[in-house]
Amino acid sequence: MRKYTPKDNVQGKAYYTDRFWVAPRVPRLDVEAESHFADVVKALGRKAKESYVEIGQLVVHIKATENFNVLKILKESCGYTQCSEQSAVDYLAKDGEFELFYQLLNISEAKRVRVVCRIKEGEAIESVQPLFKSANFAEREMFDMFGIKVNNHPFLKRILMPDDWEGHPLLKTYPMIGDEFASWYEVDKIFGKEYRDVIGPENRDPARIDRYDTKRFSRVGYEVPFGADISEGEIENPIEYSETVLVDYTKNSSKQLDERR
Amino acid sequence: MAQHQVNYASSAGLPIALTSVDKLVNWGRSNSLWPLTYGLACCAIEMMASGASRYDFDRMGTIFRASPRQADVMILAGTLSKKHSEFARRLYDQMTEPKWVISMGSCANTGGMFNTYATVQGVDRIIPVDIYLPGCAPRPETLQYALMMLQKKIRRESANMNNNTKSNLRLV
Ligand code: SF4
Repeated sequence: MRKYTPKDNVQGKAYYTDRFWVAPRVPRLDVEAESHFADVVKALGRKAKESYVEIGQLVVHIKATENFNVLKILKESCGYTQCSEQSAVDYLAKDGEFELFYQLLNISEAKRVRVVCRIKEGEAIESVQPLFKSANFAEREMFDMFGIKVNNHPFLKRILMPDDWEGHPLLKTYPMIGDEFASWYEVDKIFGKEYRDVIGPENRDPARIDRYDTKRFSRVGYEVPFGADISEGEIENPIEYSETVLVDYTKNSSKQLDERR
Repeated sequence: MAQHQVNYASSAGLPIALTSVDKLVNWGRSNSLWPLTYGLACCAIEMMASGASRYDFDRMGTIFRASPRQADVMILAGTLSKKHSEFARRLYDQMTEPKWVISMGSCANTGGMFNTYATVQGVDRIIPVDIYLPGCAPRPETLQYALMMLQKKIRRESANMNNNTKSNLRLV
């Protein structure tokens, strides 16, 4: 018999991991000579630190300080007139940096370019709002979600979260269910901090059962009147399992294998 | 409401029907519940369907009103985000008494699948709820049933809202 391991938190960790698994990567192709992308890379000259083609899109790595000039060249000499998306990726834990990207579209050539640059935590980036009006909202969202400051932005203010929110939710360090501030936000805002005790903490467990709440939960095994107080003198009703069907894992009679043979 | 047909032959020919004030008032309240036109997320689509011709809320005396001052039921239909919770509470406060609240769908009841930082985990954290309506999204029939349960609840209330304790409001 193999050694019994508790299964009560199987969702918290990967159930099965393959030691030889390699995450598939999109192939990175070189920029073909004489192609439209080759012209783009030529127009950028030494501003393009690294360039390759991924899924038919040109990806150009640049220096973060040159972002405005690079996008200006792309817009004015290469025909990339639309900025369809601009945001960041949090690589703080891995490299201590944010990766910023600008997704540009050339309508007449039906081509896309992604301009990528990296900034350290606490550094600011120049706004490209004078070139692309769509960058106005995109940069506000980036500021809201990552806390990245954008220089010369006309109206740098949170766009999705409330103005008095604390924290930047898309950072990898921000907990999914929110921090202390987030969990009391609506109570603090509407009723004030002193109402926290009255309202109580959030219930984050969708399967929570309150044993003594006879209004919303029923008993298994015996009936209790609606709303009756059963916090004291409750009849003990231990759950019994059939002894013939289930294996008794606590019994030491069988041999246990600690490792695979 | 007790007698709808008045027997003119009895009571010396006078049109008299006996009832209590509570019943008369609750008859009026329960049969013209005007909800607020207030949708929060996808559940609101089902709420709109309930109000439109196929399911037809009007036949129950339920007509959506675009102002909280004229409404007496708030149907919280959908995901209540934390940013919006302040405004939901303000709309509730603007409604005149007596007022009732239906929490429609898993999101409004418990936060539903949005176990995240930005969603209120159950609207009963900020607004007292009368009817919890499960489902994602509840079908219009379910919302109609919830409204009928609310009518049932109102009919057993006291006309004086101060007398309403938890026990006489209980639905069986
Ligand atoms: S309960 Fe379902 S249908 Fe309703 S708002 Fe939430 S996700 Fe949408």
